Amino acid sequence: MDFQVVVLAGGTSKKLVPLVSKEVPKALLPVANRPVLSYVLEQLELSNIKDLIVVVEGADAALCVGGWISAAYVDRLHVEVATVPEDVGTAGALRAIAHHLTAKDVLVVSGDLVSDVPPGAVTAAHRRHDAVVTAMICSVPVSGLSEAGSSGAKDKTKKPGRYNIIGMDPTKQFLLHIATGAELEKDTRIRKSILRAVGQMDIRADLMDAHMYAFNRSVLQEVLDQKDKFQSLKQDVLPYLVRSQLKSEILINGAPQGQQAKENGNDKVSYRILANASTPSFHELYALGPNGSAPVRRTHKCCVYIASNSKYCVRLNSIQAFMDINRDVIGEANHLSGYNFSAQNNIIHPSAELGSKTTVGPHCMLGEGSQMGDKCSVKRSVIGRHCRIGSNVKVVNSVVMNHVTIGDGCSIQGSVICSNAQLQERVALKDCQVLSLSTSVFLSLSSNEYL
Amino acid sequence: MDARRVSQVVPKVRQVGFVTHSDPNPPPQASRTQSVPIESNSGTPYDSPDFSPVMIPPPRHHSENLSHLRSAAVAVPESSSRRPMWDDRVAVVGSYNPGNSLLGQPVSPNSSEVNSEASTTLGWFGRNSSGKFSAGSSFPGGGFDLTTVKMENFTQLEGKKPEAVPGKGGGGGVEVNNRESSSNTLKAKTTKAERRETQEAQRAAKAAGKAQGNKPVAAAGGAGPSNILRQPSQNRDDPAVGSTIAGSDRRGGDRPPERERKKDVPPPRMQFDDQGRVNKSKKRAVFNQPEAKNRVELFRHLPQYEHGSQLTDLESKFLELDSMHPAVYKVGVQYLAGDVTGGNARCIAMLRAFQEVINDYSTPPGKTLVRDLTAKISSYVSFLIECRPLSMSMGNAIRFQKSRIAKLPLTLSETEAKAALCNDIDRFINEKIILADKVIVRHAATKVRDGDVLLTYGSSCVVEMILLYAHELGKQFRVVVVDSRPKHEGQALLRRLLAKGLSCTYTHINAVSYIMHEVTRVFLGASSVLSNGTTYSRVGTACVAMVAHAFRVPVLICCEAYKFHERVQLDSICSNELGDSNDIARVPGRPDVNSMDNRTNEKNLQFLNLMYDATPSEYVSMIITDYGMIPPTSVPVIVREYRREYLLI
Repeated sequence: MDFQVVVLAGGTSKKLVPLVSKEVPKALLPVANRPVLSYVLEQLELSNIKDLIVVVEGADAALCVGGWISAAYVDRLHVEVATVPEDVGTAGALRAIAHHLTAKDVLVVSGDLVSDVPPGAVTAAHRRHDAVVTAMICSVPVSGLSEAGSSGAKDKTKKPGRYNIIGMDPTKQFLLHIATGAELEKDTRIRKSILRAVGQMDIRADLMDAHMYAFNRSVLQEVLDQKDKFQSLKQDVLPYLVRSQLKSEILINGAPQGQQAKENGNDKVSYRILANASTPSFHELYALGPNGSAPVRRTHKCCVYIASNSKYCVRLNSIQAFMDINRDVIGEANHLSGYNFSAQNNIIHPSAELGSKTTVGPHCMLGEGSQMGDKCSVKRSVIGRHCRIGSNVKVVNSVVMNHVTIGDGCSIQGSVICSNAQLQERVALKDCQVLSLSTSVFLSLSSNEYL
Repeated sequence: MDARRVSQVVPKVRQVGFVTHSDPNPPPQASRTQSVPIESNSGTPYDSPDFSPVMIPPPRHHSENLSHLRSAAVAVPESSSRRPMWDDRVAVVGSYNPGNSLLGQPVSPNSSEVNSEASTTLGWFGRNSSGKFSAGSSFPGGGFDLTTVKMENFTQLEGKKPEAVPGKGGGGGVEVNNRESSSNTLKAKTTKAERRETQEAQRAAKAAGKAQGNKPVAAAGGAGPSNILRQPSQNRDDPAVGSTIAGSDRRGGDRPPERERKKDVPPPRMQFDDQGRVNKSKKRAVFNQPEAKNRVELFRHLPQYEHGSQLTDLESKFLELDSMHPAVYKVGVQYLAGDVTGGNARCIAMLRAFQEVINDYSTPPGKTLVRDLTAKISSYVSFLIECRPLSMSMGNAIRFQKSRIAKLPLTLSETEAKAALCNDIDRFINEKIILADKVIVRHAATKVRDGDVLLTYGSSCVVEMILLYAHELGKQFRVVVVDSRPKHEGQALLRRLLAKGLSCTYTHINAVSYIMHEVTRVFLGASSVLSNGTTYSRVGTACVAMVAHAFRVPVLICCEAYKFHERVQLDSICSNELGDSNDIARVPGRPDVNSMDNRTNEKNLQFLNLMYDATPSEYVSMIITDYGMIPPTSVPVIVREYRREYLLI
């Protein structure tokens, strides 16, 4: 289909800092005991995409990701792992791998997207309109946006102004305005020319950019070349393309129809037949100018694909999101996890050992080789591989990664416990992140601290 | 116009037209046998002086034949003795063959009788059989071809008719002989005649195999001892008996078209009330198409899907459709989403997509370009059909495309072949659509006079061009744009007309009888024109034409000749397209008008959103096409000429 897929796997994101480390880059964070990157790759594989480019920031992270990919997908996918220096941003990453891109269109997916929206839908919408860029947007998760670093649930309520604002035309096919996160402290400015051309604009604050874009390759490269200060696709490139859609400065060598039509008379007629027959979008009307004669103004189209509400679509870009996704993937969106759920709606690996009177509630997951003592209770939590959990432990709404030792009588609520951590007896954790590397925790902690 | 009215009375006119239409005479031969008639009758077939003789040079004799027939149509009452049609046919065929078999002997009594009795109608045949042998011998072959290809469910007729025939037959001696000695052949022959008759009413493809089944029977009959027996079988294109030069001559010219014809046959229409077939086709389908629940009983044979879900499903499969060319996919999505509508636009879009396909094509190792590319195009076409049923004009374009591929010389290299095919597509678009439109516009503009009030319905691109051109010429006229729900296509037309400064009236079809008082001409577009003169067009066209007819306002249909189709349709039921039922349940732009919203799944409510209707030819005064202005009765002629021409392009 002439599409190339680029997965931006990121590096060690600052937003996720207690969870990620040199050994565990963002792309390998476990979601239901699988790296988050695998969700994207599998979704792409389902869509019959075998060739991908995975871009990783930082050499160390690239090594980890590359090693994991080659182990997991060696016979299934043809993955090229490209390394870019850290802090170049998403636009910089694409600039760095520009010479690899050859297809007509490029699909750029963020590696931290956990979604069951078929990527084909975005690409199809892109092709249908001959768009320059098509962005997938999805509704904001119920738990609220979690753009702001390690902000937990409480931070959100303090800053209610941080929205995405997305403007669309009434048919919900074209993107007219997009403003993300930080810009929104100020007033929003909307181009008058766009508004006038469209006549009506739907402005939505309950949608957000899912970071899956289809770009026209030549346009993307041109923009990246010309605007070398652009760092981020989301905050620079996309808003730029949207802003300039009615006075396009880019040359589409995919040959806009208007230019072809000038070549000779017959083509012009056939172009007119086609144009008259199809319902013109506002771009074409605007391009025609007031006289409705030959196109005078250059335009390009920015489209959106809105993921339907029944689909799951969340980005893992904060600790809150990490918790939410872990909960959802074994809960309501459990078709994503790829596991078979038992009758009790949970997954307990056959090699896991449970003590007497230990209950594992629904929407839980217990990894391979984990041991639990007596009288434990696990609710809505993910427990990784080879964990040893003592007696009388309560784990609620938490993520426990691999090789964790938890002493007797602990109570863990809403926390993330990273690999290789050790919890002594009777520790109570609430809303905490516990670092790995055999930290031993003696104290009871609460709310938003990490070690 | 008079001629048109009368000719309708006699369907035979068109029947005979059909016979010759598929007559596969090689052009040189035809000119040999028919040189005199051509000269004497040149120009008769078309009433219009605009008819350009350059465009259809070789097969003029067909139209000449038609002109005979048309005059015969007026004189029908005299020949009322021949009224039972079967009789007539049998007489012609029967008498004719013996004449043939006697190789150059004077005409058999029977055929002469026919000649004298109905010389007007059958003058051509009479002349043939009496004079030149070769052309004569080709005639039954033509009939046979016809049956091979186009006959469909005549099998039941075949069963019934033969016994009825001998009783009625006009009975010359030779003919009787013939019948007795080889009832087998005769049976085949009579069915031939019958098929010719019924063919008009019904047409489909799968019968090709059926007719082939007949062939051995005929050959077996031909193996009999007598010369008389053998002769017909020779007519049946049996190579074993081809003893005369004429026979072989004819065969040489005849064979390839026959093969082509088989290929050209449109695939049998899928009947969507046949559950088994539907299920089968679903398995083959590229994407899921949930069928609409409450369908109108009468239209169950047409595909109707729930529109909303189709698009999303197709979109989500985008990357999985590896075999699909992106350009074709895009066109398909545009059809499905309704981004591209209108016969010409859809056809151009499809051809352009095929052009890209051909450009990107490279023959896989171990395959030949001709076969592989044809298969590829076929698969694309079936995908496009899934997205939206093809219009007949597109069917013609595809047929053209495939015949061009099939006719590629084997000596061409791949790049040359690709260039040739792309060039062919360009020529098709330019000549058959764009130039045709220009010619139509020139013709039609002569019909616009100062002070006229022109009415048009919906939005036809060629009518729009006509109006604009007439305006450019400085003619003073007014336009009434009649529109209808749910598509409101007229609004776009209105906007463009107003932008050019025409004075317009806009009204809805409900008011058409009201506005018709002041109208002096009605210009309508067409999706296709069928060979019985029926115009298949956007739903509502028939209504407008009928009202215009009642008000004695001339109705001019503007339609490019590539949209003509040899199918015959008497109503708009057996072949139509169903639109999205939501379109009629809702009022666009008025979300508050929602009384129907939750009734779409009500059991005893069915929505019917028909897309097309058939305008009977009596409402049509004239069809303006790229070959000139013709009455609807002349459509089969154009179909015939055109087919030949586009194969030769």
